[in-house]
Amino acid sequence: MQGRKIFKGKIMGEALVTGEDISFYGGCDPETGEIVEKGHHLEGKSVSGKILVFPTGKGSTVGSYVLYALKKAEKAPLAIVNRITDPVVAVGCIISEIPAVDQIEIEKIKTGQKVEVDATNGVVSIVE
Amino acid sequence: MGLELTKEEKEMLDGKQGKATRKSMEIITTLGEIYGAERLIPVSSVQIAGVSYDNLGEAGLDYLSEMAEDGRTQVLTTLNPAGMDLLEWKKHGISEDFAINQQRVIDAFERMGVITTCTCTPYLIGNLPHYGEHIAWAESSAVCFSNSVIGALTNREGGPSALASALTGKTAEYGLHLQKNRVAQVKYAVKTDLRETDDFGLLGYIIGERTGKTVPYITEIDSATMEQLKSFSASVATYGGVAIFHMEGITPNRTTIPETTEVITKDDLNEARTQLDDEKADIDFISVGCPHASIKEIATIAEMLDGKHVTEGKTVWITTAKPTKDLAIKMGFYDKIESAGAFLVSDACCAVAPLKGRFTGLMTDSAKACFYARGKNKFKTEIRTVEECIKEAVS
Repeated sequence: MQGRKIFKGKIMGEALVTGEDISFYGGCDPETGEIVEKGHHLEGKSVSGKILVFPTGKGSTVGSYVLYALKKAEKAPLAIVNRITDPVVAVGCIISEIPAVDQIEIEKIKTGQKVEVDATNGVVSIVE
Repeated sequence: MGLELTKEEKEMLDGKQGKATRKSMEIITTLGEIYGAERLIPVSSVQIAGVSYDNLGEAGLDYLSEMAEDGRTQVLTTLNPAGMDLLEWKKHGISEDFAINQQRVIDAFERMGVITTCTCTPYLIGNLPHYGEHIAWAESSAVCFSNSVIGALTNREGGPSALASALTGKTAEYGLHLQKNRVAQVKYAVKTDLRETDDFGLLGYIIGERTGKTVPYITEIDSATMEQLKSFSASVATYGGVAIFHMEGITPNRTTIPETTEVITKDDLNEARTQLDDEKADIDFISVGCPHASIKEIATIAEMLDGKHVTEGKTVWITTAKPTKDLAIKMGFYDKIESAGAFLVSDACCAVAPLKGRFTGLMTDSAKACFYARGKNKFKTEIRTVEECIKEAVS
């Protein structure tokens, strides 16, 4: 799938997919990577070490710093794939150097699939 | 058309002017590409948000420290409120640990050349752009005030993107930097009298909730003070994400006028007040100064508190900018407020200070303060006029 580069990098990993938007500030524990937003589809799941696939970000601009905190704690997602990346997540990925791609039909990706993200070229491939 | 960079901008992006400049340009150009900007433009003023250690945490501080290694501001840059009064924090019940960490944040900004006075009303303390000037501000209330009341042009920046503009003097040309995106989309006729700052906050709540991120055109408000406009700006930005509004006869921007009109009545205002008033709120905290109080507001409050005393078990914070506090000290307002047992707190505010668990009920004149008191601090809230707030404090 051809999308658009948000931040460069190339990595392979297991997809964690949700159809719900994510607010990193207040919605994700900056130390563990666990989604803590009440009632969220991913509540209780950790984004750490996953190819995190979600429609777009929401919520406070402080969310950018939460992605940075996750990276420092080595709990960040391996990469982020969005339908459309919002400024909070975009800035978070840039300052944390997390590969990110948007303009992807995220419905085609399922949780647990092995996915390669070639963010530099804006390409996301389902490997198996 | 993609984003085109000048030779100098390409060099900045390639790291020829250092690490912090490179990172800043990555942020600015990426946002520019996402939003379809064709070029970068210079900005002459920056306001940075994300200053309270309570919001930033250690990771945010790490990022700032990294940027401070070789990043230096290129334009006038001021800061949003911190989590404490930078001098008198101890008597406000802030812990030593928090104070040390908050000071580390301020020091990192100072190393970059930021003017480290902390306020959400930079336009009252010398960071005042003029009509038509391109700026890069974070702090949603100040963004809304500067776009609408002053007529400067800024998007709603976040902390890191505002810092990026400070360190490069640039932003990408998209959104509210373009006239076509500043045109009114929905018209509101206000068919009720608005008296004090709390009423303007309630109006912001109503319009914010109804319009979301569209541009409102508001009619039938005869006059409004600067204080009322800052209250409205804060509220409409908090509840709707509104970054620019037009108020007929009051704000300076040109716009076409939307045809369909929505009416706002006294009933709507009452309903909004009910929404922001929690039942059985046990008021033990009174705060005025969201956005930061002007010297005029402080003078009025000082007169109200003169010779009175704050009731035991209640805490009063009047929050303002440090230069305004200094003026209040010179004018004797500080003494009147503090002799009454209230605090004139500078640099901080009730929305960003580490207050969770310290109080149960907040009374304020600010609709925005109600939002953060409820969400972040789990306080119950009541919205009243400034006079009623002070009466509650001394009753």
